[in-house]
Amino acid sequence: MTRPIYLDHSATTRVAPEVVAAMEPYMGDRFGNPSSLHALGREARAAVEHSRETIAMHLGANTKEIVFTAGATEANNLALIGAAFASEERRHIITTAIEHHAVLHTAQWLQSQGFPVTVLDVDAAGRVDVDAVRQALREDTLLVSIMAGNNEIGTLQPIQEIGTMCRERGVLFHTDAVQAFGKVPLPMDSVDLLSVSAHKLHGPKGVGFLYVRRGVKLVPLLHGGGHEGGRRSGTENVPSIVGLGAATEIAFSEMEKLATRLRGFRARLIEGVAGIPGTRLNGHPTESLPHIANFSFEAIEGEGLVLKLDELGVAVSTGSACSSPDLEPSHVLRAIGVPMSTIHGSLRVSTGRGTTPEEIEAFLEHLPGAVEALRAFSPFKVGDRRVH
Amino acid sequence: MYTDRVMDHFRNPRNMGKMDDPSAVGRVGRVACGDVMWFYIKVEPDGDGREIITDVSWETFGCTAAIATSSMVSEIAKGKTLEEAVTITNRDAAEQLGGLPPIKMHCSALAADALNEAIYAYLTERGREIPEALAKRHERVAKEMATLDKRYQNLLEAEGEQTGSSQ
Ligand SMILES: Cc1ncc(COP(=O)(O)O)c(C=O)c1O
Ligand code: FES
Repeated sequence: MTRPIYLDHSATTRVAPEVVAAMEPYMGDRFGNPSSLHALGREARAAVEHSRETIAMHLGANTKEIVFTAGATEANNLALIGAAFASEERRHIITTAIEHHAVLHTAQWLQSQGFPVTVLDVDAAGRVDVDAVRQALREDTLLVSIMAGNNEIGTLQPIQEIGTMCRERGVLFHTDAVQAFGKVPLPMDSVDLLSVSAHKLHGPKGVGFLYVRRGVKLVPLLHGGGHEGGRRSGTENVPSIVGLGAATEIAFSEMEKLATRLRGFRARLIEGVAGIPGTRLNGHPTESLPHIANFSFEAIEGEGLVLKLDELGVAVSTGSACSSPDLEPSHVLRAIGVPMSTIHGSLRVSTGRGTTPEEIEAFLEHLPGAVEALRAFSPFKVGDRRVH
Repeated sequence: MYTDRVMDHFRNPRNMGKMDDPSAVGRVGRVACGDVMWFYIKVEPDGDGREIITDVSWETFGCTAAIATSSMVSEIAKGKTLEEAVTITNRDAAEQLGGLPPIKMHCSALAADALNEAIYAYLTERGREIPEALAKRHERVAKEMATLDKRYQNLLEAEGEQTGSSQ
């Protein structure tokens, strides 16, 4: 198979060769258990702690504030459930309608366990209103969870302002920074809990961490040998944690340069897609993660568009109903009010470290033909507001 | 997830597009749920006075499975008598495509329904008697569409003027 033009970096990324190289010894000779006293164990412990130090350093955090997890789904669960069950009096949780399901479904589950939950709406560009958060805060609010940047439409949230406000009110602030970490600077001073996943960062899948500000109490989800300061039991996934450290190192050393490049790609994508009739940009034109651009195409459906582009050697994704297991369009696109006539024709294009200008141009060359091919047999025409 | 035959019909859809002078049209689906199919039929008598579907075409808004089954149903229906065509089911189309993922069976159902609706429209418009099976199927389809309309009416009304960053 020839390598496709990979424009689906929000879904996952290729593990960087440097990361693979860093991980390899820990799947070979250096196989020790970090809890063992002998030399092999100490070697593995050193590797885990080195990774923790790298992450802490780049975040301006203390090593004790980094808890390794099996990815961001776990980190989000630990943040919300851990904080909720550790809280004595405060029980109310605030989040937004466009969170990843790892936050949204966790909040819904907590609601079923008796924790009141407020889900805030966003505006048409996907932004949360700081005043709406302020108004939602109650005497008994324990936690606000708002993502740093959205994984479908890229919109950035004013997390610094929101986090500062929460701090003043004695409310914990959690942010799912899976898409933002290593891409844009994070206002750590305003954050109490922050989730990260390695595989969006050219690291391996199934590993991530939760940053837990000193003094924040969490009840563990996993009980056992008391690893990670008692907050996450289970023998450390040494090779993956090493990979996460290496990926973090690369991401932070390149952050500004890469973000500038990706922002350029995004601008070019927006410009290129605007040349096709019957399209719209979903999300915020400028207040966005550098690597994500989401579009809607009138009169066609996204699953077919993804497969048409796949045939042409381009990998992208869609939030269409037909592509989802519950046959409902993306909750994010619904929350920002994408019209019914175009919500099914969405396309998410997400760039990464390996993306080249040539790939962006090749994609923009293929796109109009793919859209045209599907429009050729659509009962709808561009500009139609009919729904049947 | 799709068979080679599904992908072949998706890549090279047969009989696609609008028909200029159809004998009748069948329309099913709602864009709000992501799938809409229109089937056009041309009906002509053969030498023995039987009514033959001499031409079929379709316009479909939907997923890969919806497009492939539209194409397949149109192939199956072409050249059939009206009596034969009303017996075409979504299972026939799915089978000839080498199977569909279970979650995609409803897309193939739409294609068979759209063809049926076209035949129903053909007979009704000419004041002809409707075979019982066809009438039943039409009733079911009409009911489904009404349910969908009800479900999405509020959403559509709520939509009003869009403030999104359209371009
Ligand atoms: C914003 C966001 N949060 C959470 C997750 C879940 O991360 P993981 O796959 O590591 O469990 C993802 C990725 O799917 C994501 O994009
Ligand atoms: S048309 Fe929506 S799943 Fe097939």
